[in-house]
Amino acid sequence: MNSVFNIHGGIHPEEEKHLSNPGTVLDAGLPPSLVLPLSQHIGKPSSLLVEPGDQVLGGQLLADADGMVSVPLHAPTSGTVVAIEPRPVPHPSALNNLCLELACDGEDRWVASAGCEAWRAETPESLIGRIRTAGIAGMGGAGFPTAVKLMARDRLPLHTLIINGTECEPYITADDTLMQVDAVGIVEGAQILAYILGVEQILLAVEDNKPAALEAMQAAVKATDGSCEVMTFPTKYPSGGEKQLIEILTGQQVPAGGLPADLGIVCQNPGTAVAARDAICLGKPLTDRIVTLTGRALTRPGNYRTRLGTPIEYLLAIAGFDPSDNRRLIHGGPMMGFALESAAVPIVKTTNCILVPTEQELPTPPAAQACIRCGLCAEACPASLLPQQLYWYARAKDQEQLERHHLADCIECGACSWVCPSHIPLVQYYRAAKGMMRESKSEKIRSDRSRDRFEARQERLEQETLAREAQRAARRAAAEQKAAEGGADDPVAAAIARAKAKKDNASDKGADS
Amino acid sequence: MSFLRITSPHGHSPLSTTQVMQAVLLATLPGIAVLTWFFGPGTLLNIVFGGLLALAFEAMALRLRDRNPKPYLQDYSVLVTSTLLCIALPPYAPWWLIATGILSAVILGKHVFGGLGYNPFNPAMVGYVVLLISFPLQMSTWQAPRGLGEIPGVTESLTALFVPASYDGVTMATPLDILRQNKGLLLDDLFSNTPQFGQWAGVGWEWVNIAFLAGGAWLIYRGIFTWHAPIAMLLTLGLCAAIGFDSGSSESGGSPLFHWLSGATMFGAFFIVTDPVSGATSNRGRFVFGALVGVLLYLIRVAGNYPDALAFAVLILNFAAPFIDQYTRPVTYGHKPTKEEDQ
Repeated sequence: MNSVFNIHGGIHPEEEKHLSNPGTVLDAGLPPSLVLPLSQHIGKPSSLLVEPGDQVLGGQLLADADGMVSVPLHAPTSGTVVAIEPRPVPHPSALNNLCLELACDGEDRWVASAGCEAWRAETPESLIGRIRTAGIAGMGGAGFPTAVKLMARDRLPLHTLIINGTECEPYITADDTLMQVDAVGIVEGAQILAYILGVEQILLAVEDNKPAALEAMQAAVKATDGSCEVMTFPTKYPSGGEKQLIEILTGQQVPAGGLPADLGIVCQNPGTAVAARDAICLGKPLTDRIVTLTGRALTRPGNYRTRLGTPIEYLLAIAGFDPSDNRRLIHGGPMMGFALESAAVPIVKTTNCILVPTEQELPTPPAAQACIRCGLCAEACPASLLPQQLYWYARAKDQEQLERHHLADCIECGACSWVCPSHIPLVQYYRAAKGMMRESKSEKIRSDRSRDRFEARQERLEQETLAREAQRAARRAAAEQKAAEGGADDPVAAAIARAKAKKDNASDKGADS
Repeated sequence: MSFLRITSPHGHSPLSTTQVMQAVLLATLPGIAVLTWFFGPGTLLNIVFGGLLALAFEAMALRLRDRNPKPYLQDYSVLVTSTLLCIALPPYAPWWLIATGILSAVILGKHVFGGLGYNPFNPAMVGYVVLLISFPLQMSTWQAPRGLGEIPGVTESLTALFVPASYDGVTMATPLDILRQNKGLLLDDLFSNTPQFGQWAGVGWEWVNIAFLAGGAWLIYRGIFTWHAPIAMLLTLGLCAAIGFDSGSSESGGSPLFHWLSGATMFGAFFIVTDPVSGATSNRGRFVFGALVGVLLYLIRVAGNYPDALAFAVLILNFAAPFIDQYTRPVTYGHKPTKEEDQ
């Protein structure tokens, strides 16, 4: 086994992984209706292909990818499309987004699907096409369209695929469970992805707090040709951050503003690997996923195979939600997940965990005290930033210093806030500051554009004035020239001559009379 | 059903600022105990009287600043300031000396800048320097240690504090004073001829320093602060002392061990130089900060006019802290020049 590298910072919160009993998959069943947001991924929302009233079958295409960075959406069961309207979706903004409501008919009839077991016979391009049509977006949390990520092969020389089974967030055990129950599927999916990317090395990364998953992965790798290697390393949050994991496994750092592909590396989540395998070998689109339902406010926590679009309220009822000592509903883990206002939102492609803690378990934070610059945050920061300095500059809205202190390299892991003895919500300050910087950047672009427009107009007006003046000058010059050429033509002289002649005539007449 | 909207992270480490302050207070106990053993209950009385005054001044300042005093008083920070200042003050000091020091520390050192977290200077050292400049006589009068003079009892201590005119204690020059004024004796002779000198440094003082070292080591073990500033300070102090040792001649500045175990060295290294608010912010910065305090401490001790030099050294470096910060930022992830670029 290769040696691993240490990363700066990191924290060791209570893991609480045992709560959700990793290694067993429960069935969440079929809810009466599903709500499917058209935007479950990073990129443009999918474009609708159905109308209210349409009967659909499971696996049927409901909305297609709209452009390059987008993914299609399939029906997770059979039923009727009853509504297409904005609904609350799981997003930190708590804004509504266009959703499609599917009333399930309970029969769960599916369209016929055709897989392709002999995937090595196909070209990487056609396999990317299959992954694209299956509607797969990264299942670790960000939801970037997988097909687009795989296209890095066209731009850069790649050599390594990392399957990120770190799952360093406390509580979450969805990947742990998947690795225990379908290690073979993960390895096969990884091989398919490696074939597409044209890489020779596959690293399967598992943190050392998941011995059962590690064992299952090692057993699955034994049966392969030797391109796969399982790597394990000490548990520390946030080892599973893409950049952190790359440093742990390779000792290299992804250059600032760059992508892992710049180092010849692509990272994928184990769930994504299995979804890719299912899409290619079974012709199955992405319509369900494993969701960890956990927290001490649940009497039946666990890992549930859940159809996309399942309302969280329905899941809470299944998992035995006891609201008496609960005030928070968290989409994702305790470190990076966001709190939902209402349970009437659906499970989406990126939902790996729903956490419902008791107040005793994760208490509501007390009022923030003053920053005493103790520096615990700088010791915890995995990006080697100085969070205490960023905090001052964020409060002062000092954009120049924020840039100098590399605010953009903050991965918002929350380690600084977690250790802060004064309970300052540091990450929230950084999110706000990043928003402010984005805003002022676009403001600058806007004002640059209006300045350019203004200057262009000024120049045009000046040109017009100059042109008019030139015209006038030309006319004057022409008239003067004419006058100089023929004096007779001078109207003034002619008029004087005419008047003179008239006077002469009159005096002649007077002399006659 | 409606849930609270709180931003991530949703969990928190068990350590709070109040606990940090409590830990610092707890860590001063061994030092205070040894001080009390060698010099009597004066320091202890200073700390209690100073602490009460500090709480009152803090509450007053917060009222004036239109804040609710209760949550601020509960963070223990003002007690840390007053305790540190009172440890540094001579035992059996009169009440007005302590009151002036505490007032300067809490109001001038802390609240005029905006309270906890905003003070550019170490508040305890601000209070100390105000007193040192204003009342040099009272500030350089130290009780003789146990064994060399009579140790006052509680009644006498109270008299010293509240009726200073009728108190008459036994005072002696401290070893640092004696060494600075020594012009004729070899260091060995000085040690054997002067009763104030003990095994490695001054009688009593060496144990006071060892006790503060123990408290500081416990704080580092607890993760309350990092080793960088204190160790750097002790290193440069030792280095300067080694250079100026002059093989123990009559011109010698004293050995590294003498400096490490004299005066406020260990107290300063672990309780003053480690103040995060007024110090440098990154670990590298703290190392530089501590190292420079060590150099200044030695220079002022050997060449200056004051009995000890910690307060001046720290305040001067407080000025320099933002400047040090500018040049000691750690390299952010992804900003390291890679090997390929080097080639």
